[in-house]
Amino acid sequence: MIGNIIKKEFKELFVLSTLIPIVVVAIAYGSVGQMIGNVGERMEEKPVIGIVDMDGGDFSDIAMSVLIGRAKVVYDGSDAEEGLEEVRGKNGVALLVIPEDFSQNIYANHPGEIEIYWIMKGAGMMDSISSGALEGLIQSVSQEISKELIQQDSSLDPALVLAPTTRIETTFFKGKEVEGLSPSQLGNMLISQSIVIPVVVMMLIILAGASVISSMGLEKENKTLETLLTLPVRRSHIVIGKMVGSALVGMIMAAIYMIGFSRYMTSFQSSDINLADFGLALGVQDYLLVGISLFVALLAGLSLCIVLGTFAKNYRSAQALIFPITALALISAFIIMFKDFDTIPAILRVLLFAIPFSHPMMAMRALMLDNYPLVIGGIAYAAVFTVIMIAVAVRIFNSDRLLTGSVRKRVAPRKPAWGLRR
Amino acid sequence: MKAVEVRELVKDYGNFRAINGISFEVNEGEVFGLIGPNGAGKTTALRVIATLLQITSGSVTVFGYELPKEAGEVRKIISYLPEEAGAYKNLTGKEYLNFIAKFFGDGEKFQNIVQRGLEISNLGERINDKVDTYSKGMTRRLLVGRALMVNPRLAILDEPTSGLDVINAQEVRRIINSSVEAGVAVLLSSHNMLEVELLCHRIALINEGRIVASGTAAELKKEYDAGNIEEVFVKAIK
Repeated sequence: MIGNIIKKEFKELFVLSTLIPIVVVAIAYGSVGQMIGNVGERMEEKPVIGIVDMDGGDFSDIAMSVLIGRAKVVYDGSDAEEGLEEVRGKNGVALLVIPEDFSQNIYANHPGEIEIYWIMKGAGMMDSISSGALEGLIQSVSQEISKELIQQDSSLDPALVLAPTTRIETTFFKGKEVEGLSPSQLGNMLISQSIVIPVVVMMLIILAGASVISSMGLEKENKTLETLLTLPVRRSHIVIGKMVGSALVGMIMAAIYMIGFSRYMTSFQSSDINLADFGLALGVQDYLLVGISLFVALLAGLSLCIVLGTFAKNYRSAQALIFPITALALISAFIIMFKDFDTIPAILRVLLFAIPFSHPMMAMRALMLDNYPLVIGGIAYAAVFTVIMIAVAVRIFNSDRLLTGSVRKRVAPRKPAWGLRR
Repeated sequence: MKAVEVRELVKDYGNFRAINGISFEVNEGEVFGLIGPNGAGKTTALRVIATLLQITSGSVTVFGYELPKEAGEVRKIISYLPEEAGAYKNLTGKEYLNFIAKFFGDGEKFQNIVQRGLEISNLGERINDKVDTYSKGMTRRLLVGRALMVNPRLAILDEPTSGLDVINAQEVRRIINSSVEAGVAVLLSSHNMLEVELLCHRIALINEGRIVASGTAAELKKEYDAGNIEEVFVKAIK
């Protein structure tokens, strides 16, 4: 008996329409993971650096031996400009300059300065793996010098013995020169753009998308769709009305969600750093572009949802149709959190650009770095996508498909099924 | 002017022919009934005339407007009540009538439409309750009110008393009759023979997508030498 019930439940639930989204998403996640690469492997990779040793003293020798042993040194010369170019050309992470008075300063009870010229490629979490490895290496240099100072039994200040080096850092990031910050500090400053905004957009798309797809499912389940379609109102107005209504619901729900989430995220942010001090502030026109990007992306997402919603047979099947939207929103958000648009493989870049709601996730960060073509291109793409999807939705609304679904090809002999009632 | 003119209408779903070349007319101020068994093509015919389905071949005009070319104009003068229609469950009955009425007029016209809807549905204080709390009979009365409150020139009613008890069914038939007296043309489908004889001025018997006989109930009974419409149908499809 129980087997019979299990069999019925399985047959009812395990249908192609619920299976396909899962398979597509599984393939998508697998592909994204493959393309982004293995974090573990990347952490074990030696950081690619250049070194300019202008000191040649005892302590710079220690530093050189540590760095040469544990990093891939692509430049070891005396010209900082040339070294920087070489490191850039070899896709390296930084050029380290040890100034001529490095050892002398340490012997004179002053910390030895190491100038670090970072080349930051992206602001995603995974983009800072190489710089993180080099930071660890510089820490090792400091430790080795400390050991040497202890072995020499010098009468230096214990505080200096424990921290014999200091860093003077400059980060080059997409044409901007940010003085006094390492890539990890800069990445932390951009956490709002890297994590908070993708999550906000993701939630907005998922919640508003779920509303519009559910609305289509409910129209069918509650048998209200036929009445709606015979009212004197244009099909395009029905489509747009559903989209805007769902967008409002989605925005309210996302706002409630974000109140909690933003408070959670503020605990990770450094409050004493002002982005404007580093030339990373946005102007009024930039915020306007972010707003337009978000609005157009929301419309694009909802227009896609309404097309998907036309396939819903009822509320339950509508829930399954939300899955592809959720997956696309999650994939976009995760890629943008972990990697920068410019540092992902080309095929992933195409995928990310093709997902219309990925653009507002990237917009703020891109505008800070003056990448206007990406933002404006994204807005144009999402607008075209919206128009096409609305046209497709209106076409479906004008067709039989909305009411009859897909019709299996059959030619069955008809038998009257007369219901005799008096 | 004819309320509805259907000529050689064919409707296919893929390879399945649901309607196979039917022709009929509905006059102004007339109740015309399409009767037949389940799957005969009644609902499909009504959905085509209600602008919901595309025409495979043939022609359909409603008060001179041709489908599908002038579907927008047709929607302004018709009202369609599907067999299994529902209303938005999170709205109250009044809110639902307001929602529909807004498509048909503003200001005083809107108020008049809603007032007529309230009178036809006759749900008393319950009109202010959510539709979700209504019984099947109450929902159907609300929907009949919705369909007829807009004073359509043509009301297309698919099984208007479907699932209703005798009292509610009688009330719905009374409402339909009073609308017809006010000049509304009605095209309805049913497989309830008694209802059809009570309501319709003329009848078309439909089976396997074809009209097998049509006329007034009296004409059909005389032609087929039958005591009732049910008997007429059995003889007509033999």
